[in-house]
Amino acid sequence: MAPALSVTDIRKSYGPVHALRGVDLEVGTGELIGLLGPNGAGKSTLVKIVCGLVRATGGTATVCGHPAGSAAAQATLGYLAELFRFPDWCTAGELLALHQELSGSDGGAAERQELLELVELADVPDRRIGDMSKGMQQRLGIAQALIGSPRLLLLDEPTSALDPAGRRTVRALLEDLRARGVSVLLNSHLLSEVELVCDRVAIIDHGSVVAAGTPAELSRPGGVEIETAAGTRTFAQATRDDVPRIVRELVAAGEDVFGVAVRSSTLEDAYLEAVGRA
Amino acid sequence: MTAHVATPPGELRAALIIARFVLRESLRRRVFVVIGLLTLLFLGLYGLATWQAFEAADELSAGNRFGVDANTLVGATLAGLSLFAILFLGTILAVFLTLGAVRGDAERGLLQPLLVRPLRRRTLLLGRWLGATAVCAPYVVLVALGAFALTDALGGWWPDRTLGPLLALALGVAILAALSLAGSIVLPATANGIAVFMLFGAGLTVGLLGQIAEGINSDRLERISDIGSWVLPFEALYQAGLADLTAETVGFEKLAIDLGPFGGAQSGGAALWIFSLAYLALVGAAATAALARRDL
Repeated sequence: MAPALSVTDIRKSYGPVHALRGVDLEVGTGELIGLLGPNGAGKSTLVKIVCGLVRATGGTATVCGHPAGSAAAQATLGYLAELFRFPDWCTAGELLALHQELSGSDGGAAERQELLELVELADVPDRRIGDMSKGMQQRLGIAQALIGSPRLLLLDEPTSALDPAGRRTVRALLEDLRARGVSVLLNSHLLSEVELVCDRVAIIDHGSVVAAGTPAELSRPGGVEIETAAGTRTFAQATRDDVPRIVRELVAAGEDVFGVAVRSSTLEDAYLEAVGRA
Repeated sequence: MTAHVATPPGELRAALIIARFVLRESLRRRVFVVIGLLTLLFLGLYGLATWQAFEAADELSAGNRFGVDANTLVGATLAGLSLFAILFLGTILAVFLTLGAVRGDAERGLLQPLLVRPLRRRTLLLGRWLGATAVCAPYVVLVALGAFALTDALGGWWPDRTLGPLLALALGVAILAALSLAGSIVLPATANGIAVFMLFGAGLTVGLLGQIAEGINSDRLERISDIGSWVLPFEALYQAGLADLTAETVGFEKLAIDLGPFGGAQSGGAALWIFSLAYLALVGAAATAALARRDL
């Protein structure tokens, strides 16, 4: 089966400005990939190329084996833009119905109801979008992206307007989607969120992928800290495997050990290092 | 979550979905209520003017020695004026329904969620144009019929041909809606609105040039006017509609009407209709090409 998303040497220039300088990325079935990078790094441009909203200057992108931007590719994806708006005059239910018609989903009212329940908007299907808070509109956006059971979900900052409870709901939703084999490309500035849910992370800076791997791979050991009666002692080069030996040696040397902490760099550290801002 | 099967609609069906959405937006935003009230005001003023004009015409007829039917003169002139006013109202409607349809909607983030559906960009344009035309074209037809009915009720005059002027108005606003929609791809909403109204004004100027050319018998000016009418066929259609109003009128009445401000009216024949439809297709093709190249 073709990967949900395959991007090879994608380049995009706006005149003299190179937004993407040859990006390679693959998202497998049921994989949840986090796309990180500073503002202007090229993340949204990459997502828009995959959606067919922006034409690449070079390279290839396929969605479930279909060229990005083709009707066949778009039939298999769901998308929530970073900066989006829905017509303020229509209701949540009407918006979902429109997207059902355009995607040709056979879900009908049951699908709309299920999606509204999923994003906790089931009690306001007839509320005008103009009367909804930004957070509600963002949740509606997620519901809209899920119309027609997409195989690839592209979410550009999907939780930027959500409160902590809303973010937790979206995290749970993403994990549920992954369990169902839906692939997700999550573009987010919230590193903790990415670290919590993503299988792999790609960090983009100045239009290139500067680091990629699992959150664990990107995080590096940060030493071991041991609390003794004489104070906290740091073993900077030690790893978790070294802890029993170090503790034995300290005890043998007559020290009292009160606590042990294995330190590792966070995804944030790895990110800042990758984009050269550490 | 339940998995659902998605079978994207065909191109025409998708265009109709978009067109229906445009119509629903017009309804929900109470566009029709506002237009309806303003149109009633327009027809009320037109009726008042018509009533007064026919009153004056009766007095004129009583003393005229040239055998000119003043009612025909007044009725044709007023109906001609109403055609111009209705085309203008239809243009306002067409422009406001389309002026920010692409670039404006894209900048506000309204367009992207639609275009990531299996919806071709040209289908979106077709749907937007169908939706705008489905509002504007029936509007100008109904208002023109209302104006004709008022002219008939108050002065007993009805155009020589009815269908021609109505179709000319309808196709004219359909062309203006297409031009505005095409402009919305490259221009910001306000600039696009201004541009389309300037085109409308240019069309008006072309028509006036034609009248002047006829008045001073200038072939060169007439040629310039003709070229302008082909470039802006909504003006040629308007002139054709105007000509149809008095197509069967002859004699002194026709002479007197031709001496009036709408004397330059001329029928373009079948070629005008064919050319106008081809022009519409050309604008659509140009708009499709422009949108295909645009990053959103």
